[in-house]
This record gives sequence, C-alpha cells and structure tokens, in this order.
Amino acid sequence: MSVVDMLSIHLKARVGTLDVDIELETGAGPTAIVGPNGSGKTTLLSLILGVLPAAEGTLRIGNTVMFDSARGINLPLERRQIGYVPQDYALLPNRTVRGNVEFAISSATPRAEQPERMRRAEALLDEFGLSEHLEQRILTLSGGEKQRVALVRALSVRPRTLLLDEPLSALDVHSRREVRKFLSSYLGRLQIPTLVVTHDAADAQLLGHRIAVLEHGRITQIGRWGDLVARPASQFVEEFVATSSMTKLTRVALVR
Amino acid sequence: MNLDRLRSERWLLRAIGGILAAFLLLPLVALFAMTTWSAFDVGIHFALVLPALRLSLKTTMLSLTIVLVLGTPLSWVLGRASGRLVKAFETAVQLPIVIPPAVAGVALLLAFGRRGMLTGHLYPSSWVAAFSSAAVVMAEVFVSAPFYIQAATSAFRRIDPRLIVVARSFGATPLRIFFSVAIPLSAPGLLAGAAMSWARALGEFGATLMFAGNLEGKTQTLPLAIYTALEVDVRAAQAISIVLVVVAFALLLCVRALLAQASRNLEVRP
Repeated sequence: MSVVDMLSIHLKARVGTLDVDIELETGAGPTAIVGPNGSGKTTLLSLILGVLPAAEGTLRIGNTVMFDSARGINLPLERRQIGYVPQDYALLPNRTVRGNVEFAISSATPRAEQPERMRRAEALLDEFGLSEHLEQRILTLSGGEKQRVALVRALSVRPRTLLLDEPLSALDVHSRREVRKFLSSYLGRLQIPTLVVTHDAADAQLLGHRIAVLEHGRITQIGRWGDLVARPASQFVEEFVATSSMTKLTRVALVR
Repeated sequence: MNLDRLRSERWLLRAIGGILAAFLLLPLVALFAMTTWSAFDVGIHFALVLPALRLSLKTTMLSLTIVLVLGTPLSWVLGRASGRLVKAFETAVQLPIVIPPAVAGVALLLAFGRRGMLTGHLYPSSWVAAFSSAAVVMAEVFVSAPFYIQAATSAFRRIDPRLIVVARSFGATPLRIFFSVAIPLSAPGLLAGAAMSWARALGEFGATLMFAGNLEGKTQTLPLAIYTALEVDVRAAQAISIVLVVVAFALLLCVRALLAQASRNLEVRP
C-alpha cells in the first residue's frame, strides 16, 4: 500500500470580525469538521481552495506546498489538485451525467483524447452504480444520485485531497440515511486526506474517523467520537454530541 | 363596504389605466388602419426603400456582431468583478442608454470626426469614419451595446459562483469556463440582450443622422429613409414603418419567450 499524503494546514486569516487561526494535520480517512454557525467552517474551505487569501501560514499536501506566506508561494485553485464537492453539488445543469464528469476530466487533462476521456468517465460512473444514468439530465436525478455524480466528478480528476461541504444537507431524511451509509464506507477506503464539513452530529459521527471541532476560528478539539463524548473540551462539544441519538449507546459502551 | 362601491372603484382604476394604454396603442393602430394594401405595395417599391433596407440589415448585423464579440467578454468581466470602481465603470458604460441620441452624435463627431480628438493621433486623418457606412455601424454600436451589456452582465451574475469554483478546481482555464460554463448557462439572457440590442440598432436615428449623415445607399438606414420619405411620399414612410413595427413586435415576443425560459432554468436549479 502506498504511503498516504498528509494534509497539513497552518493558516491565519482575518475575515470580517473573525480571527481564523487553524492548525490541522490529517492523513487518510475522513476528518469531520464541525462547529457552530460562524465558527469559520466555510472560511476554512475557502482558505484551502485559495479563493480567500490567507494572511500567513502554510498549506501542504504531502511534499507539495500550496501556500506558504514566508516563501511567497500561493498556487491558484486550478493547480491545487483539490476534489471539491460543494453543498448543493454545483453540477452543470446543461450537461448530462457523463457530460459533467467528462467536463472535469477534460479540464484536468486537456490533452487526453476524447474517447479516452469518455472511457474514463464511464468506468468511474459504472463503479459508482451510475451507468444507467449516463445520458440523464442533472435536473432529473434524485438528491442521492446528484451527490454521487458530484463525488465521481470530484474524484475523476485524481485529486490529492477531497473536500465535502455539508454533503447530506440537501437530502431528504430517506435518501440521507442511504447516502450516509454509502459515503461512510466509500470515504473510509479512500487513500487521500478528506475533510467533511458538517453541522450534523450523526453525519460527523458516522463519516468522520476523526472529528475536528472549530470554534471562533480555532480548532478546539480533535479526536474520535468517543473522545468527544468522554471528554468534551467545551460546552459546544458537549451539546453537539448530545444531539446524536447514538451518543447514549457510546456512553453505555464507555461505562462498561 | 357596499358592493357597488367596490365595483365602481375597481372600474375607476381600470379606466385611468386605459387612457394611457389607448394612447400607446392608437398610433400603431392608425399606422395599420391608414395604410391600404395598394399603398403599402406602392410604398415598399419606392426607390429609396430597398437600398435603405439593405444598408440597415448589413450595418445592424455588423454592429450586432461587434457588440456580441466584444460585449460578451466585457459583460463577463463586469459580472465577476465587484467593488466601487467596477460599479462606477458599469454606470459609465450604460450611459449611452440615457443620453439623447443627438448628444451621442455630437460626441462621436468630436471623438472620430474630421477634427476629432483621436483623428491624426490614433489613426491617419484620411481614415475619418464620419459620413460613411462605417460611421453608421459605429453609431449603432455606441447606442445599442449598452443594452446587451446590461442584459449579459445580469445573466452572468445569476450563475451560481460555486459552479465556477468547482470548474476551477478541476483545472479549467478562464477561457474554458467562459465558453463551456458561462455562455451556455446564460444563453437565454444573452440572446434576449442581443435581440434588444439589435432592435435598438435598427431603430437608431439621431446619432446616425449627426455622425453619418443621410446619404442614400451609403448612410441612409430605414429610420432615415422614413424621415426622407415623409417629404416625398408618405406611402413609402408608412410601408417602412409597418415593416419595422412587425420586426420589432416579433423580436419582443422572442425576448419575452427567452426571458421566461431563463427564469424557468433558474427555478429548477438544485
């Protein structure tokens, strides 16, 4: 098995009235980023994507420096090799399922031949059980299908890190459970650092191998779900873990 | 409240509104009612009609092409940018919509005329555009481009910015995003803007008269031909007017259909 790159974030920024100072190192396996509204979750994503300039610090994936204020390095988003799945998926409504994935592949590798791009798009969509929907318009897909297309599209460019912003918030209760199960098994096997931003305790618990708590622009606690339940570092963490129905079970397990 | 009063007040409002509606429609009705088929037939075959029609089509197609080719990138840049300077620039670009066409004509003469500001500096004096077919195109671009820019800018602004961020994360270049994301997603808005802009160019009168003159076959477009025809034979003026009204009405229907489609596209967006 290949060595998994570390995503290493040491960034400072000032956004409006919020001072952001984030220190986070993460390897393979998804890290859930949780925190109250206005804690800087969106800001963190924007800083990693580079659409918001950081005041100082470094951002690295493996040995590749994306941002280093001291050395004046600031790779544009186009060269950061980030797989990004935004909240409402941002699929191109004027293209088919295959067209969306093909657009991503041809943007990343403009020199690849058209049949080769098509083949890659189809192979990936097939892997995600989407081969029946190749020619379907985006608007006719269910929420869960859109989510999977967006994930395939993000992975099709072979990113070195993956960012998912509230991957389940646009789904109804039924498909939410299904997609959560799918994401949990898929992201767990993915060999690149993955950040999942969520406001939902159950999502964080099931998707995140680790959970990083963001409060007032700072990471106040990182750990497994059990650590958060057993030793909450703040009142927010205590209340947050309590909102998940699974917490009681975890508590019982810990007591035993 | 008694029912009669409710009813009469409702009718009062309708009657007041009806006065303006009638005033707006009556001249158009008159144009059709006062023109018999035979008069139309005679009018449309008047010597000045065909050259004017040809010139109008040629110049407006050319000006529309210029507006689309240069105006689309400009609108994209304006739609993506923000800040006070951009707002000020946007307002300045839209100024030709509100300034009187005669003023536009004077301004064009002062910039590109025989003794214009740029003549002899930016290009040789022998290239003077005033009173040529090129001047007609320039006048049309000047007065019609802002209509397109306004429509295109607001169409581009309606694109979800996350679509752009995601496309960039794949490595899509600015040109690829412009052609493969921005333009297809804004197509109905762009077409509606193009139709409005073309209609404005087709009707352009004041600036053309001042900057290009009224030379038959060279700078005499349809609106100028109407003006000239009124002094010669009113039937020619009537015939050209009817052609222009029909074209304008068809365009208006197209624009409305396109804008309806644009808003439908937005509604179903996830």
